[in-house]
Amino acid sequence: MTQPFIEFKNVYKRFGNLEVLKGVNLSIEKGTVTVVIGKSGSGKSVLLKHIVGLVQEDEGDVLIQGKSLNRLSGKQARQFKKNMSYMFQDNALFDFLTAFENIALPLAETTRMTVEQIRKKVHDRMARLSIEGIDHKYPSELSGGMRKRVALARALVTDPELILFDEPTTGLDPIRKNDVHHLIREFQKQFGFTAVIVSHDIPDIFDLAQQIALLDEGKIVFKGTRQEIMACEHETACAFIRGREMLYDRSKT
Amino acid sequence: MITRLIETIGSPFSSYIESTGRLTRFFLAGIRQIAVLPFQWNKILDQIGFIGAKSLFVILLTGLFTGMVLGLQGYYSLVDFGSEAALGAAVALSLIRELGPVLTAIMITARAGSAMTAEIGVMRMSEQIDALITMQINPVRFIFSPRILAALISFPLLTAFFDVVGIFGGFLSGSLLMGINETVYMDKVIQSVKMIDIWGGFIKSFVFALVVATICCYRGYFAHMNNQGQTGAKGVSLATTSAVVQSCIWILIFDYAITYFLV
Repeated sequence: MTQPFIEFKNVYKRFGNLEVLKGVNLSIEKGTVTVVIGKSGSGKSVLLKHIVGLVQEDEGDVLIQGKSLNRLSGKQARQFKKNMSYMFQDNALFDFLTAFENIALPLAETTRMTVEQIRKKVHDRMARLSIEGIDHKYPSELSGGMRKRVALARALVTDPELILFDEPTTGLDPIRKNDVHHLIREFQKQFGFTAVIVSHDIPDIFDLAQQIALLDEGKIVFKGTRQEIMACEHETACAFIRGREMLYDRSKT
Repeated sequence: MITRLIETIGSPFSSYIESTGRLTRFFLAGIRQIAVLPFQWNKILDQIGFIGAKSLFVILLTGLFTGMVLGLQGYYSLVDFGSEAALGAAVALSLIRELGPVLTAIMITARAGSAMTAEIGVMRMSEQIDALITMQINPVRFIFSPRILAALISFPLLTAFFDVVGIFGGFLSGSLLMGINETVYMDKVIQSVKMIDIWGGFIKSFVFALVVATICCYRGYFAHMNNQGQTGAKGVSLATTSAVVQSCIWILIFDYAITYFLV
């Protein structure tokens, strides 16, 4: 049996009196796309932030290739995080930097690449995402769709092994949304990175996923493939994807 | 009952200790990162432009009118004792030792310090600081270190401008308006000001630069951690207010302490 790339083992997280994660168990295989779905406020983003180290678990463990994230040496942790990108729900673009500078930032700050090498790589990513010609524009001068693409370009520019997407298509129209899904699929095929996507785009997002996990009341209550979730054999998952609140609530009693 | 009483008394105290510890660690991390290569020349120059160059006009204006007021008040106080000739010395020493560094620091706090807190606070609330962490960029180095170095360069320079323009303001009101001989005014300025006075003013400027940059950046950086549990725009607003108030209070406290040791 192969070792999972990332593994959540009985992870608990509490913010004050609010218990968000109540024993999450989830395995993510290398090179796959895992989609995490769940109600708004169910803790999906908190789950992602555990992987990147922005949030620390209260109990349990997050394992990276079998090693606890908390027990990695400084060098190992840096190496792991260096090969990872995070695309934030609201993009988290730096409003005092231009689109080009935003995309170039991780290369300029963390590598020894020359200005010319950085320029070439950033322009390559911009071309692939069809955002050429906006080098000198600030995020405030771009449309929502453009900002998403800039954030996606920034996430892809370092050629990471793992990309965490926190609702990458929130606020986009259906055309732009499908466009982003298509881009993620294409890039994932091309570069083979592992992706964890938190999304509400049901069922469109399932087309990308090798594994779908439903987070409900602090636990992963369903794990399976697109076919398994769409077959509607799991009552809670079925009720959730069909958006039936009463059926969804009843499924848990 | 007793437990709740202890909790009520102890909670603000422990929160104060915690906050002071966090501030100290933030300050030390920022200072340490200044020396880490490569130097962030572009960011430092940007910040010198923002803290220094863009504050110049307001500093010159404040300095001019402070000097003019000192000239007028000084003249009316000294003339009663027949010592109006000492006006140049009174204006120059007041400005160089005390008013120059203090008022410059307070004006920079109002103009640049508040903007720093608001900008960093918005970065915190919109997850830009988290984005830096995920990109393996040290946020303290990226945000705080260039600002602290820029403040250390800008504060003494602006103080010098304030002092010079203030002395000229005193000259305008004292000599041109009230009729004190111009040569006497300037002679008294030159005779009375010693190098120790100028150094004292600069020492204050350096300390105020550290105080203002640290408090304003710290408040913005931890804008999401306030006593009232406010986030978003309200959190940034609270952080900005408390940064300005605390900076001004600490400027005055440090002013007294440094003056005590210098005189």
